[in-house]
Amino acid sequence: MYPENFRYTKEHEWVKVEGAMATIGITHHAQSELGDIVYVDLPKVGTTVEQGKTFGSVESVKAVSDIYAPVSGEVTAINEALNTTPEKLNADPHGDAWLIKIKLSNASQVDSLMSTADYQAYLGS
Amino acid sequence: MVDFGGWDMPVQYSGILDEHRTVRERVGLFDVSHMGEIEIRGPEALHLVNYVATNNAAKLKIGQAHYSGLLYPHGGFVDDILVHKVADDHYFLCVNASNQDKDYAHIVQSNRFNATVENAGPNYAQIAVQGPRGLETLQKLTATVLAPIKYYHFTDGAVSGASARIARTGYTGEDGFEIYVAPDEAPRLWNDLMEAGKEFGIQPAGLGARNTLRLESGIALYGHEIDATISPLEAGLDWITKFDKGDFQGREALEKQKAAGITRKLCGFEMQGRGIGRDGYEIQIDGSVAGWVTSGGPSPTLNKNVGLCYLPMDKSALGQKIHVMVRNQPVDAVVTSFPSYKRAK
Repeated sequence: MYPENFRYTKEHEWVKVEGAMATIGITHHAQSELGDIVYVDLPKVGTTVEQGKTFGSVESVKAVSDIYAPVSGEVTAINEALNTTPEKLNADPHGDAWLIKIKLSNASQVDSLMSTADYQAYLGS
Repeated sequence: MVDFGGWDMPVQYSGILDEHRTVRERVGLFDVSHMGEIEIRGPEALHLVNYVATNNAAKLKIGQAHYSGLLYPHGGFVDDILVHKVADDHYFLCVNASNQDKDYAHIVQSNRFNATVENAGPNYAQIAVQGPRGLETLQKLTATVLAPIKYYHFTDGAVSGASARIARTGYTGEDGFEIYVAPDEAPRLWNDLMEAGKEFGIQPAGLGARNTLRLESGIALYGHEIDATISPLEAGLDWITKFDKGDFQGREALEKQKAAGITRKLCGFEMQGRGIGRDGYEIQIDGSVAGWVTSGGPSPTLNKNVGLCYLPMDKSALGQKIHVMVRNQPVDAVVTSFPSYKRAK
């Protein structure tokens, strides 16, 4: 369920690091808690996101939920498809429905995040 | 499950959108046992009901119900309620869960008549069967012939062997029934209804769908469209405010408000830009604060983002352009009529 090569936050975001680049999304648990997702608000390419700060929001039918950056960096791509098909976040939150890609400004921040085992333990607690 | 005025309530079962569509297209089952009940009995029961509530209960026939408001003397809402006439000397009120004790105290305090008031919430569970296949579902469990019961009428009978008050009422904008039974009968009745509705595609529905259904249907929710600071004239509820019936609580304040002219009113709106107007969001017109969103969200039936809001009278015309402030950003929206959804009769 939760990929081994991801790192996770307590706010239920995931990050996949590949060299100096990182892909960020929300976890299966997050989409499941939110329910039917109807709207996604993402930053613009070229803006910067800062670890622990909100960079966008996800809205379900019922509620608005802020998304926090697991790590800092400059936004290099956003998942435009989610503008028209936000429901993809319910179907494939760890794959097709990634949110943004960034260029890491401080790769060591990744070390502060939870491993897959830690995150699963966190969900279970 | 969420805490809802002290009740553990399910927000959703299969998902709000799925439950919403199930109610619009087939039949959904709601456990609304949290709703309060107050019984008013005695030779002057009618006088008390007509003094505390805005609608004219003298017009009700036995077996008929209507929507009404309990008002403070200053004209704001204590609660919005359903009044059922059981007998000439017996009225059955369905009230909001979180207002029940406040309503009871308010009615008792206003009781200068030969009538008794009973806080009867613990005596009743309530299950709502809502949607176009609701009648067929319920009919399988009762000898009472349901088709002749008109909208906003009720009858006492038996459902699945349990004594029940069967009312053709609801909070979804669909046809359907609200069934009041003794609490210890409710779990079995729930299971029997789920079984009876299987062939019609019945699904349980939670608070989430209850909210999207009532929002599309333009039905007020206490604490949102109405509260102690809002009068029925502002809320577009003139139709439950009967000035020709004699004295009632709040009447004087409403007459003054009417004479002076109301300054704000409840309006519908539809988002045009990207974004969803949510409960409590500020509304701006030409860069100045003009009002607020009382309820807002996606309309699953219309596939649009809609809502209700208060706006100044002179800025409430259909087509008025407004900005809903979504996380401090103005997003284009337009004033519309409401309800945004009406079922085909």
